[in-house]
Amino acid sequence: MKVALFITCLADQLFPEVGESVVRILQRHGCTVTFPEAQLCCGQPAFNSGYREEARRVASLTLDAFEDAEYVVSPSGSCSGMIAHYYPELFAEDPVQLERARRLARKTYEFSAFLVNVLGVTDVAARFPARVTYHASCHGSRLLGVKNEPLALLGAVRELELVPLPRCEDCCGFGGTFSVKLSELSSAMVDEKIEHVLETGADYLVGTDMGCLMNIDGRLRRRGLPVRTLHLAQLLDGAVVRGDKPK
Amino acid sequence: MIIPSEQLGLRARAARALSDPFLRRAVRFTVERLRSGKDRATGELGRWEEWREQGSRVRSHVVEHLDFYLAEFVANVERRGGHVHFAADAAEATRIVTEIATRAEAKLVVKSKSMVSEELHINHHLEQAGVECLETDLGEWIVQLARETPSHLIIPAIHKSRHQVRDLFEADGAHDLSTETAVLAGYARRRLRERFMVADIGMTGCNFAIADSGSVVLFTNEGNGRMVTTLPKTHVVMMGMERILPSLADLELMANLLPRSATGQKITTYLNLLSGTRRAGEADGARELHIVILDNGRSAQLGDPDFQEVLNCIRCGACLNVCPVYRQMGGHSYASVYSGPIGAVLSPLLSKSPQASELANASTLCGACFEACPVKIPLHDMLVRQRARNVASDAATRANGAPPSLERWAFRAYAWLFSSPRLFRLLSGVGRAAQRALVGDGSRASFLVRRVPALFGWVRYRALPLPAKRSFRERFAELERANKPD
Repeated sequence: MKVALFITCLADQLFPEVGESVVRILQRHGCTVTFPEAQLCCGQPAFNSGYREEARRVASLTLDAFEDAEYVVSPSGSCSGMIAHYYPELFAEDPVQLERARRLARKTYEFSAFLVNVLGVTDVAARFPARVTYHASCHGSRLLGVKNEPLALLGAVRELELVPLPRCEDCCGFGGTFSVKLSELSSAMVDEKIEHVLETGADYLVGTDMGCLMNIDGRLRRRGLPVRTLHLAQLLDGAVVRGDKPK
Repeated sequence: MIIPSEQLGLRARAARALSDPFLRRAVRFTVERLRSGKDRATGELGRWEEWREQGSRVRSHVVEHLDFYLAEFVANVERRGGHVHFAADAAEATRIVTEIATRAEAKLVVKSKSMVSEELHINHHLEQAGVECLETDLGEWIVQLARETPSHLIIPAIHKSRHQVRDLFEADGAHDLSTETAVLAGYARRRLRERFMVADIGMTGCNFAIADSGSVVLFTNEGNGRMVTTLPKTHVVMMGMERILPSLADLELMANLLPRSATGQKITTYLNLLSGTRRAGEADGARELHIVILDNGRSAQLGDPDFQEVLNCIRCGACLNVCPVYRQMGGHSYASVYSGPIGAVLSPLLSKSPQASELANASTLCGACFEACPVKIPLHDMLVRQRARNVASDAATRANGAPPSLERWAFRAYAWLFSSPRLFRLLSGVGRAAQRALVGDGSRASFLVRRVPALFGWVRYRALPLPAKRSFRERFAELERANKPD
């Protein structure tokens, strides 16, 4: 199966190790992964701030980059949600671009949803001996409906103790530009999220979106708290290195 | 001097609320109870998504055919002896109500809860005309005693603790009250009951108006709605023009959706169905019925594909209870009659003030509001659309030669940089190197950080992620090679 990776600008620049884990996992499960060089950003920062013209300019590049891809997989529910849920609205007035946007939306998947629903994999034969809790990122779970897939993948990891996070679906307070425009509110929200994480006693907080994890991790480090954050792909990948070979 | 909060910007209002631990504790405690109750009540009912779907269909149908159903409703109200008044805006509605009160030579109006009356600030206007208004919903009365406004659609005094309520009642004349709910409610009951008996006008809102019977439906939990509608001679209904349901057959649906979403109740404690004035041989009920139907910006949403669905709202407050912004800053921080996600969407549609339009920013766009909405209003999408409107109107007001805002410059630069891969590759490398060398995780170079508002907003509360030496796009070729069989 041929998969084009949509790395997202955040993971490209700040968390390339997340992309590497995604690539390795997909390769292990028989995918040929390509990386269309023309991709940059889905356009969400401008779109969510109300700058539609600017968002269209950036999003057009994404349409170009993945024109010929069979499947597009991204380690972010938020950026895939932008494509699936908002591109049709963004390009509503341009029939040609709208058709391309709809085509892209149909073949774009968030990483965990692709593994579980397209490849049919829930057990990547990983081992991770630690106490772990999971934060459900808003856009992945609400715009794309990816709710059970990450939990199914985590549930199959050997020796992993999965502790439910109270109110795991509550927003972490990131919200892109919200986090800097209304930073006091944002920090109050992330503190409530962290309160819940601490209640679980988990060593690791796992998520499927680097925006949220960057926010929670940034606050954890600022407060000097020892909980570590990991993208789901990193956990599944790193665990395999230490664990069994996939079947 | 304390600056009234409506003169502050959103950020300052939020900061004020965040520094009030009593408010935050009270709001968080109650919204938590309400949303847990909703989860339980909708779970018990089962097939909740289908109920929502049906709710959305019925409300959308009514809104699409509002002219037809309003005409039917009006004809049936008049057939049953009621009077209907259409008010284009708050000023006209106020004039109509004041005239009714003057003609009735009213001295006292007892009210059950009505958000439409809040849109009018009717208590204030009637008092100017020498008519006393008394709120009889417990929460509304508490807010009235405190000289405040409701901070939640259905729990007006959500921001008050029981100790604060006790203090307000003692200032009203009570002695030696404990802070137990039964004691506090008992005091309110005794005080309010004296006044029901002598009121000239009962004023209510309208949860639903049934077109084919001309009935007004009220959902209440305290029984005050029954006192207000049966004892005084005159009943004035304040109704938003979109409150219509086609027929009584549609009420079962709403009687399930509204209380379960609002408070987690299976059914409302009192469901009043009022059809016309008191008939011959009836023991109680108003002899004179006036229904004031308010537009106040609502009809302007008809035919607008971006916002028409906002008229589907049944005012349950479920979106407030799940909103992570509301739970942190409470309702008064919105400085609008309607708070929470529905308030952030509705307020700028009903009032064109810059203060109202700024409310679109009071969201992380997390979508919890949409998920909670019993009639599936896409509030999160509407918030993004409102932001686009704000940007467009800002550009329009600056068109006469004034320079674009700093934010617009920033997004122009973003669009330029993020639509040119080669330039991006070059500049992002420089940017990452500069961050590593100068700023690190944000704990260094504070003189520099403080000068970049976007950066400072982040660094005040959070550490920055340390950028990678080499971006993913620079590493990909190696990953591909590593996977090639030798």
